[in-house]
Amino acid sequence: MNDNLQLNSEGKLKHFLSIEGLPKELLTEILDVAESFVSMTDQQIKKVPLLRGKTIVNLFFENSTRTRTTFELAAKRLSADVLSMSIATSSTSKGESLLDTIRNLEAMFVDMFVVRHAISGAAHFIAQQTAPHISVINAGDGQHAHPTQAMLDMFTIRQIKKDFSNLRVAIIGDILHSRVARSQIQALNTLGVPEVRVIAPKTLLPAHVESLGVSVSHDLNAGLKDVDVVIMLRLQKERMTSALLPSESEYFKCFGLTEEKLKIAKPDAIVMHPGPINRGVEIESKVADGPQSVILKQVSNGIAIRMAIMAMAMQKQGIM
Amino acid sequence: MLVIADLLNQLEAELKKTIIERHLVNPLMIGVRTGGVWVAEQIHQRLQITDPLGLLDITFYRDDFSQIGVNPNVRPSQLPAQVDGRDIILIDDVFYTGRTIRAALNEIFDYGRPNQVVLGVLIERDGRQIPLNPDCVGASITLNKGQRIKLTGPTPLAIEIQTLTVAA
Repeated sequence: MNDNLQLNSEGKLKHFLSIEGLPKELLTEILDVAESFVSMTDQQIKKVPLLRGKTIVNLFFENSTRTRTTFELAAKRLSADVLSMSIATSSTSKGESLLDTIRNLEAMFVDMFVVRHAISGAAHFIAQQTAPHISVINAGDGQHAHPTQAMLDMFTIRQIKKDFSNLRVAIIGDILHSRVARSQIQALNTLGVPEVRVIAPKTLLPAHVESLGVSVSHDLNAGLKDVDVVIMLRLQKERMTSALLPSESEYFKCFGLTEEKLKIAKPDAIVMHPGPINRGVEIESKVADGPQSVILKQVSNGIAIRMAIMAMAMQKQGIM
Repeated sequence: MLVIADLLNQLEAELKKTIIERHLVNPLMIGVRTGGVWVAEQIHQRLQITDPLGLLDITFYRDDFSQIGVNPNVRPSQLPAQVDGRDIILIDDVFYTGRTIRAALNEIFDYGRPNQVVLGVLIERDGRQIPLNPDCVGASITLNKGQRIKLTGPTPLAIEIQTLTVAA
């Protein structure tokens, strides 16, 4: 994919489609800017005037609760006008093409599209086709990328671990179907994490996964050793077209994170999950709700990171 | 010509007078990043203000976002939880167009409704663009075209007038 599409002529963020191709400095800048948005929750009026008068449309061609609501809240806290469209219930079901939907929204003077789509590359396609003043943010496309989720995860890791340069991170579960994992691996590698491990059964790993810059393990006990950050992934049953697993209980037995197994990781290891969690399938409730879990912190941080990305993508659009 | 100690003395004296005249009770001091915080740290100590100094970063409230974008050096503002009903002394280094203070006031009012705000600045210079003025100043000066004031710090706090050489 052409990643230069994401940057304007001065190297500033224009579209946010994928972590791939973005320099470390830019990712760090996003994390820094987001930090200032976190403290905004102290304000009685939780709003800044940065995107006043701008119109943002959330185009969700695929269901989502967390991502859509945090994008919506983030846009509102930046003082933008925001419209959330669930396309499954709109004109596309009457036969309108994706491009026609975009053209119609452009005619309503929209400044930014936030796109979630079941097809990989959808946000990229819209960014290529849309009017030049419009920015596009990828809120998850097929099995390709979910870059804002990866950035909020990086933000949460930095918040707690302070530094990326001496961390061991394990990503566990359904790597094959996970756009989150792909974006996380790229972000962790770009930010200089020395060791990223993926732990999964062979059937849930993409071919040549090592080429993404990870080490691979099929054994949870071995893989968790000396790990600082444990990232659990949801078993994406809705994307499984063939029998990849014997059963959920079998999966939990081998790859489910329990209190007992978590003890193998470092004592101060944190447990993350992009949600929604399947309790008793990939993670035990005691772990998900336990002291090492930062799952709800991830959700809160999602607002700040999306504010930072939206604000940065909208800058200078007025005079370009 | 501008001596930092004299400017701080003058600003301190004017603020003391204003605190009495305007009946400021247990004032809360807030410095505007970055230079304003350096000045405020000194004044905060001299006036023996009990509450910790508040720090304001106005990046998200600037009126030139569409031209210059988000400053990546933005840092979180740190204001005490309660701004409602407080008497506030707002401190900045140089008062020029007035736009910074416009942004700072907007941000403060998003934290709550203060009882009153007094503005103290180390130097007031010409070039106002909006109808705001400081209450207390260390000095008021007029600069020639192409001149600007540069504050460096925090220790030592120093000030100089720079003349920009602009190509014709």
